[in-house]
Amino acid sequence: MASGLHQSDFKNPVVRWIDARLPVFTMMEKEYGTFPTPRNFNYLWNFGALAMVTLLIMIATGIFLAMNYTPHVNHAFDSVERIMRDVNYGWLLRYVHANGASMFFIVVYVHIWRGLYYGSYKAPRELLWMLGVVIFLLMMATAFMGYVLPWGQMSFWGATVITNLFSAIPLVGDSIVTWLWGGFSVDNPTLNRFFSLHYLLPFVIVGVVFLHVAALHITGSNNPLGIDPKGPQDTVPFHPYYTVKDSVGLVAYFVVFAVLVFFFPNLLGHPDNYIPANPLVTPPHIVPEWYFLPYYAILRAVPNKLGGVVLMFSSILILFVLPWLDTSPVRSMRFRPIARIALLLWTVAFFVLMWCGSQPPEGIAVVLARIGTAYYFAYFLVILPLLGWFERPLPLPESIARPVLRGGGPLPAGATSKPMEKA
Amino acid sequence: MFGFRFSLRGGRSALRALAVAGGLLAASPALAAEGEIAIPNANFSFQGLFGTFDRAAVQRGFLVYKDVCAACHSMQQLYYRNLQEIGLSEAQVRAIAASVEVQDGPNDEGQMFERPGRPSDRFRRPFPNEQAARAANNGALPPDLSVITKAREGGANYIYALLTGYSDPPEGVTLMPGMSYNKYFPGHQIAMAPPLSGEGQVEYTDGTKATVEQMAHDVATFLAWASEPEMEVRKALGVRMVLFLTILGCLAYAVKRKVWADLH
Amino acid sequence: MAETLATHPGAPLGAEAAHGAEPEHGGGKRRDFLKLVTGAFAVVGTGAIVWPFISSMNPSRDVLALSTTEVDLSPIQVGQAVTVVWRGKPVFVRHRTQQDIEAAQQVPVSELRDPQTDAQRVIKPEWLVMIGICTHLGCVPLGQKPTDPHGDYGGWFCPCHGSHYDTSGRIRKGPAPKNLVVPPYTFTSDTQIRIG
Repeated sequence: MASGLHQSDFKNPVVRWIDARLPVFTMMEKEYGTFPTPRNFNYLWNFGALAMVTLLIMIATGIFLAMNYTPHVNHAFDSVERIMRDVNYGWLLRYVHANGASMFFIVVYVHIWRGLYYGSYKAPRELLWMLGVVIFLLMMATAFMGYVLPWGQMSFWGATVITNLFSAIPLVGDSIVTWLWGGFSVDNPTLNRFFSLHYLLPFVIVGVVFLHVAALHITGSNNPLGIDPKGPQDTVPFHPYYTVKDSVGLVAYFVVFAVLVFFFPNLLGHPDNYIPANPLVTPPHIVPEWYFLPYYAILRAVPNKLGGVVLMFSSILILFVLPWLDTSPVRSMRFRPIARIALLLWTVAFFVLMWCGSQPPEGIAVVLARIGTAYYFAYFLVILPLLGWFERPLPLPESIARPVLRGGGPLPAGATSKPMEKA
Repeated sequence: MFGFRFSLRGGRSALRALAVAGGLLAASPALAAEGEIAIPNANFSFQGLFGTFDRAAVQRGFLVYKDVCAACHSMQQLYYRNLQEIGLSEAQVRAIAASVEVQDGPNDEGQMFERPGRPSDRFRRPFPNEQAARAANNGALPPDLSVITKAREGGANYIYALLTGYSDPPEGVTLMPGMSYNKYFPGHQIAMAPPLSGEGQVEYTDGTKATVEQMAHDVATFLAWASEPEMEVRKALGVRMVLFLTILGCLAYAVKRKVWADLH
Repeated sequence: MAETLATHPGAPLGAEAAHGAEPEHGGGKRRDFLKLVTGAFAVVGTGAIVWPFISSMNPSRDVLALSTTEVDLSPIQVGQAVTVVWRGKPVFVRHRTQQDIEAAQQVPVSELRDPQTDAQRVIKPEWLVMIGICTHLGCVPLGQKPTDPHGDYGGWFCPCHGSHYDTSGRIRKGPAPKNLVVPPYTFTSDTQIRIG
């Protein structure tokens, strides 16, 4: 074999020829074939793969929708209706794309929650976690700009309200808002740039997802016990064990997705977005899409404009420092009796905030939003840092295989990080 | 096993999150609309997972729209050709289109001109622009009805309730000049005068008696079709999709059990 | 539920294993057959998902609805030609002179690259209607205006690559393989045609 070529183990001569020059097959085999994966995943570990598939669905439907969409204030609404009525299967593409955004957030919220519950953000996976938060932020920006494109009433007023958040910045706020708009109100230049960025950002997300997965494959996956695999008996090759398990989850996910798209396509939308945008009339009750409601509640919980904006952005940015706020060395909340309750309460607070965000800012909704906001931050800033010192975790199992197999036993330390041999 | 039990619970809590999210959205308008009367269910043929549009009702509803609503309300997203989808023949559609004059042009002399409509024309607008519509309607803008059942909480039920919800104002309520009292309209004062009177307004060809309730029900059915013409195809495809995925899911689960069997 | 799901495919699989070569590996066969069926389902499903995407790029219903164009012939004098738009393409409508018609009819069909008689290309001899797009690579030939070059055969001349068409729009010289295409049209009255 000529020097400089990759040593390929593949039998098929074509595959071998390519692999020797560009070892993509070896890479795929290593990362998705033999990749040693903890054997004790539960179905919550499906959600990363589901998120990846959803991203691809969104990009595919989005590209085909863009072939028929017109980013102009006079034509955007009509072009969307033309997609719904005249383009072959246009209604399907649009409903999959619109509901796909909701499904994407559901999946990612479960994915994040799984990370919170099983301590997937802790060393050595801090950077993996932070890349995930970057993906989440990019998703939010993409979803927000996508919602503006149909140019309905909620599109227009959502864009107006959210871009106006930046006017809270002292001194330069108003200039920034004008710059964002490309004018003195949300108008055609705004719609055009939002379309451009809405098309671009998903591909940026793909890039960060690639880094996210690359980082994952350095540290390996966390697992429901939160302890490191101690040898080959603790892991299984990714294929076929997790490819097939992910497939089961994927089909179940598609059933939910299909029910939403085919039978309740407008359930998660807002009727006002079927009214063409009118810059002179604000709808009586503006609400963002459901996935932004908790943050919207936090924004409104503070009676000060700048304070509300800062708190709202902090509620997500705080996730970046979470790996250092949680001082407990135990990852999985299965073994943290107090932290588990604290996290479940945090989950309740999240849903309470979601409800508050959907309500007019008055009466009980404001009180609940303040309590929810206080607890949301207290969990990260007070409870987690202190619990590391006060909480007494339950005894950890010796290894992953032990509670599963009742055998195995401790292995030499050298076997810990050795990848599984090819079967 | 503790671990597995919890994973199940985790899965269920994810579902609950979805349900809560859905529930919130469904609940929020009801709560937001304090002081309004709940919209009754008008029992349409297209409700439910397998519901379809009652073609005869849609055709009658189109007649109501054409003879009553179209005087003020546009339906700009619809073309005359779309009427073939509700069971009218091509000749009937051509005749309906040809009965209106639409503007076309410019011609070779650079002038706009009027010509009889064609099936490929959009429904004719009653007013050339928003200002003209407002000027003719006491300052109020009659909304475009193309997607109206998707653009209002309650959909077709709301349309039916609104059209049948006119009454004299209760004691103590003073109406603004030119306004009518309607218990289902937000704020109860609506600029649209009661559009349906029932006395020979519309000549139904199939012998149905054109009462106010009947006309309201028919036109609400027509508007629901106009808003979601893809609904029947969508639901039929959905049923097949879910059945297919259920079988595929069972198969995938069986394969999963087989693959994992040698590990346990 | 899990049990019933797992055992349900057993019946046909057992039959499969019965005429299989190695009955002792029934478990393996069964898994393989299951995988095959599941894989086939997944492939069908993927195909079904791909189709709407492909289909969405075909002409939409509003485009198809505009597929007829009506032309009033009365203002077109003998020897004149107009160009109208049908499906976004130029359509040549020429009111041919008697010389044009005779020239077109006298050509022996055997000499033609794309043999067609003039009668096959017109409904009424004085009206020639055809899509004004060169069959070579899609340019619009010259020859509609009296001042245009008409090529060596008195019809049309494509400036892109030098194709010459005669007074019936048939290819006579140059790289084009086919005659100019005659679109479907009907006379709705003596002076009006509907294309499409």
